[in-house]
Amino acid sequence: MTEYFLEPASLAKRHRAERRYRLYGQLAIGLALLFLVLIFTSLIARGYGALQQTEMRLDIIFDKDVIGDGGIQADYQKLARNALSEIFPGVKNRKDKRKLYQLLSDGAGYQLGNSVQNDPSIIGARQSIWVLAADDVDMYLKGNVTEGLDESERRLNDRQIAWINALQEMGRLELRFNSRFFTLGDSREPELAGILGAMTGTLFTLLVCFALSFPLGVLAAIYLEEFAPKNWFADLIEININNLAAVPSIVFGLLGLAIFLSLLNMPRSAPLVGGLVLALMTLPTIIIAARAALKSVPPSIRQAALGLGASPMQSVFHHVLPSAMPGILTGAIIGMAQALGETAPLLMIGMVAFIVDIPQSIVDPATALPVQIFIWADSPERAFVEKTAAGILVLLAFLVAMNLSAIILRRRFERRW
Amino acid sequence: MVNPMKDMTTEEHPAPLLHAVAQGVPIKISARGVCVSYGDKQALFDIDLDIPERKVTALIGPSGCGKSTFIRCLNRMNDVIENCHVSGVIDMDGVNILDKKVDAVGLRARVGMVFQKPNPFPKSIYENVAYGPKIHGLASNKKDMDAIVGKSLSRAGLWDEVKDRLHSPGTGLSGGQQQRLCIARAIAVRPQVILMDEPCSALDPIATAKIEELIDELKEKFTIVMVTHSMQQAARVSQATAYFHLGQLVEKGDTKKVFTSPDDERTQAYITGRIG
Amino acid sequence: MYVTLNPGNRKVVEGVILWILVLSSTIAILTTLGIVASLLFESVRFFKSVPLTDFLFGLEWSPQTAIRSDQVGASGTFGAIPLLAGTALISAIAMMVAGPLGLFAAIYLAEYSSNRMRSLIKPALEILAGIPTVVYGFLAALIVAPFLRSGGEGLGFEVSSESALAAGLVMGVMIIPIVSSLSDDVIRAVPQSLREGSLGLGSTRAEMISKVVLPAAFPGIVSAMLLATSRAIGETMIVVMAAGLAANLTANPLQAVTTVTVQIVTLLTGDQEFDSPKTLAAFALGLLLFLVTLVLNVIALRVVKNFREQYD
Repeated sequence: MTEYFLEPASLAKRHRAERRYRLYGQLAIGLALLFLVLIFTSLIARGYGALQQTEMRLDIIFDKDVIGDGGIQADYQKLARNALSEIFPGVKNRKDKRKLYQLLSDGAGYQLGNSVQNDPSIIGARQSIWVLAADDVDMYLKGNVTEGLDESERRLNDRQIAWINALQEMGRLELRFNSRFFTLGDSREPELAGILGAMTGTLFTLLVCFALSFPLGVLAAIYLEEFAPKNWFADLIEININNLAAVPSIVFGLLGLAIFLSLLNMPRSAPLVGGLVLALMTLPTIIIAARAALKSVPPSIRQAALGLGASPMQSVFHHVLPSAMPGILTGAIIGMAQALGETAPLLMIGMVAFIVDIPQSIVDPATALPVQIFIWADSPERAFVEKTAAGILVLLAFLVAMNLSAIILRRRFERRW
Repeated sequence: MVNPMKDMTTEEHPAPLLHAVAQGVPIKISARGVCVSYGDKQALFDIDLDIPERKVTALIGPSGCGKSTFIRCLNRMNDVIENCHVSGVIDMDGVNILDKKVDAVGLRARVGMVFQKPNPFPKSIYENVAYGPKIHGLASNKKDMDAIVGKSLSRAGLWDEVKDRLHSPGTGLSGGQQQRLCIARAIAVRPQVILMDEPCSALDPIATAKIEELIDELKEKFTIVMVTHSMQQAARVSQATAYFHLGQLVEKGDTKKVFTSPDDERTQAYITGRIG
Repeated sequence: MYVTLNPGNRKVVEGVILWILVLSSTIAILTTLGIVASLLFESVRFFKSVPLTDFLFGLEWSPQTAIRSDQVGASGTFGAIPLLAGTALISAIAMMVAGPLGLFAAIYLAEYSSNRMRSLIKPALEILAGIPTVVYGFLAALIVAPFLRSGGEGLGFEVSSESALAAGLVMGVMIIPIVSSLSDDVIRAVPQSLREGSLGLGSTRAEMISKVVLPAAFPGIVSAMLLATSRAIGETMIVVMAAGLAANLTANPLQAVTTVTVQIVTLLTGDQEFDSPKTLAAFALGLLLFLVTLVLNVIALRVVKNFREQYD
């Protein structure tokens, strides 16, 4: 029956071509979605480990001979070393002892110091305390050290591995929830590196960015959409906005470096400058979104206001702008999400420095979340890989939250005129 | 007036329905019980209609009555529309073309279509006409193709106007010329049936007259089904007429009869201008 | 109680507001001016010590700083050709991934998928473009590059751990949605009547797409490709993290190459004296980058505008 109208052989061939075409499309979409899944799974697989950190249970004697009356400068690390030696009394010579002490993180001393600062009465007492182990121990417990390698190529030698195994059998080594990752600033030691400094820096940067780009973007959109006459000036602005939206982000970094830092002598590495640069970058996004939102408000609203004797300015600010606000906010959130992920321009203005302290204001030296990720990705220690991936997960979580809130905002306030 | 005898024949055995035309005239297409719905909305209800061979059949009715929907069933163009469902039987030369086993591609090569708005491809005049023969492999060499293009353009009455600029874009022609180009494009595939969905609605009266003249000539070779919103046009060019109303076929028969003494009040109301 | 301004005052206030609105919208122009001025100003200073022709046509790039202060600009060579070639190589690899995948995805979305499916798949694909570039950089440097290296070793190829291939492939994935979303838009802008015209003549969908729809949408697709290329050329983090630092003039995708953006970052991060030719060179590169992407964008926007007007 099928062969009734056209020669069957050629028709079958054409239908095969048709199916092939369809298949290419499905393959392309399938591949793209596969990439998406691969990206997320590989990040999660590498990043979730950072939520846990290896800690070591030591019986610490808060020895008055070592720490005196508990001053800040005292050698608390020695308390941890002594406790570790106590577990392995057989380790005598200095070289071996140094190897043994390498299992401890430098953070152990800080932890003990903090305990003493919080409660000086423990001086002289003996307590069983979980302290941080070194990053190499952490990596070993997480299975990231290949034992097959020659000893000289490994970060841990055979004796150290034997000690670790012994500690594990004694129940003195454990992976515990790593709250430090969310409460500390950056550090050279992976086990002490946290994301809070970068998050604070990002927060300040985005605050500056939003405070500038949102009002400027909305005002510019109002002018272009509601008041601008159709002339060369409006065209010029229009062309500028469209082109700026496509300028590579690093060029904005160069602008920031040349104008804000060199010319205006603003502080290097400061969220203030980062926010300024990102504001210039997100401005086109916000203007374009705000114009679309203003355009979607029907003329009848304007006419109703004008008909009641309101001036054009009043009609816009009292009626059109409030109606367009949800759409404008949605666009602003999406613009902020873009700014949140930007890295290159921040590198140009020195927000790539190694900064341990958590910034307290918009002029303190700071780094930002994506830059922190870049810094960690560049670090040679193996343990930074999972920190990097975890940092990325935190960044992505913020992005998802922002985009979701934009979607919800749009759904909730979407008005059909 | 309803003829009880006519209803009987419909029920018992699907005999030709257009009595006046059908006598001695072979039937090319006969539709039985055709229903069409878009999603939940039913657009056509149980249509029975016979299309005589090598005649012009006009489908008329107020807008939204389903006449375009029906004509698009005849070459399965409704397949293209998402969630459009067609049921019933449309018999063409002994084959039910609504059967999923019938290849819509092959069907459309035999049932050509001309659309409401002239839609030449953004290519040259020559390529527009050559497109169909090319995809169906109807010409084996350039000379054959030239012949097909020339013949189709002449048949569509366009040859003299475009023979010197075959390679300029088809979109550069006037509206009426564009529509005749679309007709040339359709007949280049050598169809047996040509469907025309309000072919003159976007044209001025002079262009319309030319197309009507052309349709009249074309019926020598092709079976033509046309949708039109103009009753004058239906009266001028068609031999059979079917009147659709709100998705139902309420009147069908010889054009003269439908226009002079319709059986149904609604037809009467429409042709005298009370429904529009 | 209502406070109303008398008409005279209102006029004044509104006049002031209008000026604020005008000023706000000139920020866009000021930004462009700021970019052009800062790039030009520093570049001119750079070209005082390095001739423009040496920069544009030089085949060697090794921007060593002067060891002694009296050696101004003498120690480095600033030939941009290897950087441009590296940028072109990586962008070309990226477009070889994103071009076909994006285009076929767009064709499927516009012509085959149901509306419901399209409304799910399109945003899902756009997530790819929303992932920050530093994330792609991490993936390229720490996952894709080692994978290619060990895979290449298995097949007997020498693959650099900073190969152009790794950076290009990952960049390609990132720009798939730029190609697919823009192409989907322009394909859908092709009038339905052309599709029906083709199907009505008995073409298959594939014939309709390749012979009628794609030719009609061609300008729009070209502009989508141009915008994606411009994005690839200006992309920084992926190449900073995954491409090399040494300027090799090679077309071998398995070797390490460096790009314009990588050099800008390398020249300007760290403690540099701001006036050395080394830092000024970064601005000259920035100017080059700005001009190239600007030209691509302007062409793309113009083409797509004409395309829209044709079918409106």
